[in-house]
Amino acid sequence: MARWPTAVRYVVLFLGALIFLFPFYYMLIGSLQSEPDTSIGGAFPTSGLTFGNYTDINSRVDLVGSLINSGVFTGGVLLCTVVFGVLAGYALARLQFRGRGTLFALVLLVQVIPFQLLLVPLYVLIVRGYGLADSYLGMILPFAINTTAVFVFRQFFLQLPDDLFAAARLDGAGELRILRSVALPLVRPALLTAVLLTFIGPWNEFLWPFLITKEADMQPLAVSLANYISNVSSRAANPFGAILAGACVLAAPAVALFIAFQRQFTSTDIGSGVKG
Amino acid sequence: MTAAPIEGGVRRNRVAAFFGRHPVGMILAAPYAVYIAVVFAYPLGFSLWISFHDYFFAAPGAVVDHPFVGFDNYKAVLTDPAVRQSFGNILIFLVINVPLTAALALILAVALNRVVHARTFLRVAFYVPYVTASVAVVGVWLFLFNSGGLVNSVLGPLAPDPSWLVNEGLAMPVIALFVVWKQLGFFILLYLAALQNVPNELYESASVDGANGWNKFWSITVPAVRPATALVVILALITGANLFTEPYLLTGGGGPNGASTSPVLLMYQRGLQQGEPDFAAALGVILVIGVLIVALINRRFIEGKD
Repeated sequence: MARWPTAVRYVVLFLGALIFLFPFYYMLIGSLQSEPDTSIGGAFPTSGLTFGNYTDINSRVDLVGSLINSGVFTGGVLLCTVVFGVLAGYALARLQFRGRGTLFALVLLVQVIPFQLLLVPLYVLIVRGYGLADSYLGMILPFAINTTAVFVFRQFFLQLPDDLFAAARLDGAGELRILRSVALPLVRPALLTAVLLTFIGPWNEFLWPFLITKEADMQPLAVSLANYISNVSSRAANPFGAILAGACVLAAPAVALFIAFQRQFTSTDIGSGVKG
Repeated sequence: MTAAPIEGGVRRNRVAAFFGRHPVGMILAAPYAVYIAVVFAYPLGFSLWISFHDYFFAAPGAVVDHPFVGFDNYKAVLTDPAVRQSFGNILIFLVINVPLTAALALILAVALNRVVHARTFLRVAFYVPYVTASVAVVGVWLFLFNSGGLVNSVLGPLAPDPSWLVNEGLAMPVIALFVVWKQLGFFILLYLAALQNVPNELYESASVDGANGWNKFWSITVPAVRPATALVVILALITGANLFTEPYLLTGGGGPNGASTSPVLLMYQRGLQQGEPDFAAALGVILVIGVLIVALINRRFIEGKD
């Protein structure tokens, strides 16, 4: 490694970290100010903080309802990914069956197909064909099984020793049982990493739920907040305060989860997933 | 009594020859295979079909003709000035975003790699924008960069006029910077993973030969993480081609005067808002072909595969 003087390294890193964190600090401060104060001193207020903006945004966007929609959307994707993704990952890593090579080629291919190519046909099929506009199923379907997670599951099952599986099969255990009692407990930390990676997808997703939800009471928070930003913010007394209050509510669960589990988010886990 | 197991064994062998040694794998993988077929394969074919036909939204249940029109939709896309402008915008985005992302991510990863103190704090600081919803952080960037915002108060008389997000020359660069900030944490992770594979002996022997830190960075670290750099460029390219939320919200729908419109935003506006899904499908196909071409060029130059 290039041996930089330690002091220089820390100065670069802390300066970078401050720049990276400042917008988050400013988001929180702005959400607590009753009047937007964009002077330099306004970024470091000493008094006059209030929760008024939170009640303001809640009166325009149903925060609880939107959070529930975000939760159902994200939960549905997580459930499908964990159940069907683990099954597929296990089969791809540990079982020999006809079509395995083709399926794995598809796993690699799907990861490079950009979503925009599917935008129009998926909209036509799901909204016009199946009539799933304004429904949770329509929101979940395109994201149901996270292919990157399938790939990561496969990598982790592949790293387990062969003898383990041979021994379990000799004992007469069925594949589902081997998966549940032998393989899964051993990859539990990796499972958590994949779940966290999958979580931020649907929780933060904007484009797809925005396209298919027109009814306000079906919109996830990202969509209702975006609609508030682009349509109605001009009518609020302190639009930026209200927007930032909504932004804090949307950001908080993902940031909190990530900080709580940040140990799972290490470069080695991501690296083994990426290197193949 | 002795024949039965042998016969069973033969049958099992035949089954194994056709279905593989663990046919149960087909059942376990079936839900995922169906999902791929329904959500990727079929729509992909449908998208190509739409792009070669005169496709429009009809009333539900109505049976309408969608005549084959050859390359008409593609001609319409390629001669559309708004499309050309949006591709130009993406070019501006890539020229700013890709080098900045690769350089900053590598420098910060190298610095982070040897750090002992405050590792957790630093890691979290760089990854937090990546895990946060674009919609949420767009809100605070709007607040920072609007005409009376903090950035302009800091700059004072140096503040641009018209302000950042309503200035034709600055709207796209601000979006490019926003995406650098948003995605950098993920790319730092990629580089950190790549750095773990650089053998320490290389640095030690370079030190013996009297190389300084800067020399070692350029002649050992940068070439060693080349595959990671190729991946960073490809992923940044895909992000650029997928750009939607940022121009939609940050610059109020690709303004000013289309100076920050992205191809995907155009697909939404033309395809779904103005009811020309055939135009949008053709634009999508062209966009993906463009991404593939740039990705292949990138492979040749950065990965060094000739």
